[in-house]
Amino acid sequence: MIDPLLWRATRAIFLRELRSELRNRQALNAVTLFAICSVVTVSLGLGPLMPSADVALVHAAFLWVILLFAAFTALSRVFVVEEEQRTAAALRLAAPPIAVYLGKLCFNLVVLLGLTVLVTVLAIVMLHIRVGAWDLLVGMLLSGALALVAGTTLVAAIIARSSSRGALFAVLSLPILIPMLVTAVRGTALALAGVSLARGMAPIQTLLAYAVAMFVASLFLFATVWE
Amino acid sequence: MQALELAQITLDYGRRRVLYDLSLHVTTNQVVVVTGSNGSGKSTLLRVIAGLQRPTVGAVWCIADGVRYPPLQMRHAIGWMAPDLMLYRELTGHENLRFFADVRGVSISDVAIADLLAEVGLAGRGGDLLATYSSGMTHRLRYAYALLHQPALLLLDEPSVMLDTSGHDLLARVVARQRQHGMTLIATNDERERRFADVLVSLEVAV
Repeated sequence: MIDPLLWRATRAIFLRELRSELRNRQALNAVTLFAICSVVTVSLGLGPLMPSADVALVHAAFLWVILLFAAFTALSRVFVVEEEQRTAAALRLAAPPIAVYLGKLCFNLVVLLGLTVLVTVLAIVMLHIRVGAWDLLVGMLLSGALALVAGTTLVAAIIARSSSRGALFAVLSLPILIPMLVTAVRGTALALAGVSLARGMAPIQTLLAYAVAMFVASLFLFATVWE
Repeated sequence: MQALELAQITLDYGRRRVLYDLSLHVTTNQVVVVTGSNGSGKSTLLRVIAGLQRPTVGAVWCIADGVRYPPLQMRHAIGWMAPDLMLYRELTGHENLRFFADVRGVSISDVAIADLLAEVGLAGRGGDLLATYSSGMTHRLRYAYALLHQPALLLLDEPSVMLDTSGHDLLARVVARQRQHGMTLIATNDERERRFADVLVSLEVAV
């Protein structure tokens, strides 16, 4: 049972992030432009691919590479902005560390889910991607977004106080994310190829297990990183 | 929290020693004023007491019901304000206080928040974005942030910097009220603020 005070603090932090982002739209604008530019550039460069055994894998890899780099742009901001605007001390003094982690994790998840919908719809339309199994695709994207957010939010807190944040975020995140990215790409390729949900459950389960493992590890480590 | 204890605090920034072997015992109703030239470690000392910075050697203890706790476990009882304390510019003054009340678990009505804003001299300005506040108004909102949860230990770093004459009256009221139920530490070089002191601590630039 979640402590009501922890729930209240988590909710307040999530809503504060949302309100701040809706008022200045820095991350949303940057990520949306990046996603649109990436999809348009690739679609103009490649055009529709000829049907082959590998086309689903290529499309899936393309989708997750865009999501990964958009995530690098957006997900570290929740902690970096606190340090840049020097609001971190006020938050540290007032909020329980776990609430800070949970509130920012939820906000990152909302941002990434929105981004995932945008990138996927754009890619399907502009690259003429054929989706064989919609239910498996939705399952893969949801579990993949969850795993991506769980894997990167703690790293975002670690790099927030360093000077070369952007590069460090990618360098530290990538080794952690490789197992989940490989799984997400292969699972998404199965969905595009039309494999049924029942046969394609293994990658979803793997991604959910990864997300849970990263989430639990982050809960244990976050207070040390944040303080 | 009934008392604060600093046990042989030493703090180094790399090879530069900022605080050296500082011990202090403060009890409820006391006002401690910390003075010293620029770079002597006044602000750093307050950050160490708030648990925002760790000393190189020594420890800070908050004493409640006879038990000693580190500051990290007593943050609900600590209020801190400083010129470098920043609140959220994209929120209004009222939204800032509502947010910090929620994350602290403080139950406070909107009317009480408006009263607090009026008390620090921001009556009628709670609905304005912090980004539109002057530096003096921002400093007044820092008072409200520090007082929001009625802390037992109030840490005021350069409390009257950026404030006008009525700001000095505000500080006098805040210190007088805090003296009734808690402890106050003020880091300052302002002659008028030294007069609040029950205990005067003078820091010199360590070598």
